[in-house]
Amino acid sequence: MSGVRVLVGTHKGAFILTSDGKREKWDVSGPLFTGWEVYHMKGSPVDPNRLFASQCSGWFGQVIQRSDDGGKTWTQPGTPAGEPTAAPGGMPKGESNKFVYDSSADSGKPLTTHQWYDGSQHPWEFKRVWHLEPSPRDANTVYAGVEDAALFRSTDGGKSWHELSGLRGHGTGPKWQPGAGGMCLHSILIDPGNPNRIFIAISAAGAFRTDDGGKTWKPINKGLYSQYIPDPRAEVGHCVHHIAHHSSRPGTLFMQKHWDVMRSDDAGDTWHEVSGNLPTDFGFVIDVHAHEPETVYVVPIKSDGEHFPPEGKLRVYRSRSGGNEWEALTEGLPQRDCYVNVLRDAMAVDSLDKCGVYFGTTGGQVYASADAGDSWSPIVRDLPAVLSVEVQTLP
Amino acid sequence: MIRVELPAHLRTLAHVGKEVQVEVAGPVTQRSVLDAIEARYPMLQGTIRDHVTQLRRPFLRFFVCGEDWTHHSPDTPMPDAIVNGSEPVLIVGAIAGG
Repeated sequence: MSGVRVLVGTHKGAFILTSDGKREKWDVSGPLFTGWEVYHMKGSPVDPNRLFASQCSGWFGQVIQRSDDGGKTWTQPGTPAGEPTAAPGGMPKGESNKFVYDSSADSGKPLTTHQWYDGSQHPWEFKRVWHLEPSPRDANTVYAGVEDAALFRSTDGGKSWHELSGLRGHGTGPKWQPGAGGMCLHSILIDPGNPNRIFIAISAAGAFRTDDGGKTWKPINKGLYSQYIPDPRAEVGHCVHHIAHHSSRPGTLFMQKHWDVMRSDDAGDTWHEVSGNLPTDFGFVIDVHAHEPETVYVVPIKSDGEHFPPEGKLRVYRSRSGGNEWEALTEGLPQRDCYVNVLRDAMAVDSLDKCGVYFGTTGGQVYASADAGDSWSPIVRDLPAVLSVEVQTLP
Repeated sequence: MIRVELPAHLRTLAHVGKEVQVEVAGPVTQRSVLDAIEARYPMLQGTIRDHVTQLRRPFLRFFVCGEDWTHHSPDTPMPDAIVNGSEPVLIVGAIAGG
C-alpha cells in the first residue's frame, strides 16, 4: 500500500513522520541530530531511500548528513575516521561540510563582494545550507543553496561540493544584499524535462535562471515591484521569499515575494501580480497542487513587521485559478489566538489522490490535509520551531 | 599521546566518548593538536576551525591546565602536563543561546 514520509527540519533537530496512504495514523520518529538546527531534509526522486539533511549550529558550523535507508541510519558522506584525509598526490579530499567559494582563477582573490547593511561592500562568508535539492535524474547529484547566497553541487552523494560560480560571477553580485534572515539562496527548482534549466531565488537579490546547467545565469525579475528598495523595478535586489512550479508546467512559476504573490508564464522572463483578494500578500510559503497546475497554496502573514497570521487566524489560502481568486481554508486550523509563522520551506504536497498538503509552524505544529486543503489536522503539536517540511510519496 | 576532551555535539559527530587521544609529531601546540584531531576524525574538519581561514569558530574556547588558551598564538608550545598526557586539552562550547 502506498504511503507518505514527511521530513521535518526544526530549530533543534529533525523528525520523520510516516503514514500509510490514508494519512490518518502517524508514526513520529526523532529527534535526529538533536540540538542542531536542521534547515532542510529532502529525498532523492531517483532513490527514495536516499535522503540528504542540512545540519548546522552556531557553535560548530555546517554538516551534511545522508541516509541510504530512508532515514533509519545517517552518515556524514566524507572520509571515515582513521582513513587518510589526503589523496595519494597530497591533495585534501573533500568533506561533507566543506563549502568553499570560488576565487578568481587569475588573481586568487574573491570573485565579487555584496552589499552590506550599511551600503558598503562585504566579502562572501559561508554560514549554512538552507536548501538541498536532489537531482531528478541522478541519485549522486544534489544541489545546495547556501548563505551567503551561492549554489553548490555535489556529484558524489554529498561528499564534496563545488560552487556553480557563474551565478555570482554574472555581474550583479555587488547589488545583492542580506534580508533580515541573512543573504540566502533558498529555492532551487529543476526543470524535470530539461536538467540544464534551473531556477533559483535569493533573499534579497531575486530569481535567476540558467539554461546551460549552471554555467551562466540571468536575473528574471522583470515585473517585480518592491517599494522598499531605491529602484522598485530594479533588475536585482528584490526580497523573494519562495518560488514553486508544477512538474508538468515547469515554465509557469509562482512566487511569494516579501510583499506580493506573483506569477510568470514564460519561465520567469516576465511576472505579474496575482495577489487578488488575499487578506495580505505578505508571506513566506507557496506551493502547487500535485495534480492541478493551476491550484496554488499560500499562508498569508500580516506584515513584514508582524510575522503572524492576520487576526490570529491561521488560514491557508487556495486558488484554483492560478492566482487572483483565493479561498480561505480554515477547517481544523486554529481560528483564534494563533500567532505562529510558517517559514518559506515549510510547506509541501504529496502526490496521492487526493493530494495531501502539509505545513509546519514556528510553534512546532505540523498540519496535514489529506483532501487538498479542505480540512486539516495536526500530526504533531509540540515540536521545536519548524524550519522546513518535505514530503515523499512512497510506493 | 595527547588527550583532548570534546564538547558533547562533536563527540556525537565523531562517534567517540568524552575524551580522545591523538599522536602529535613535533611540537605540541594548539595548531598541531587540532591538525591531529582533524586528521584522525575528518568529520570534525570545519567544526572547530573554519575550513578556509583556520580560525577558531567564535563560540568555542580552548583550556589548558586550568588556563584559558583561546587567544594564545596557535603555535605556542603547550605545557609538559599536556605533552606527557597527564592533563587533557579542553575544547569547550560557549554556554550561550537556546
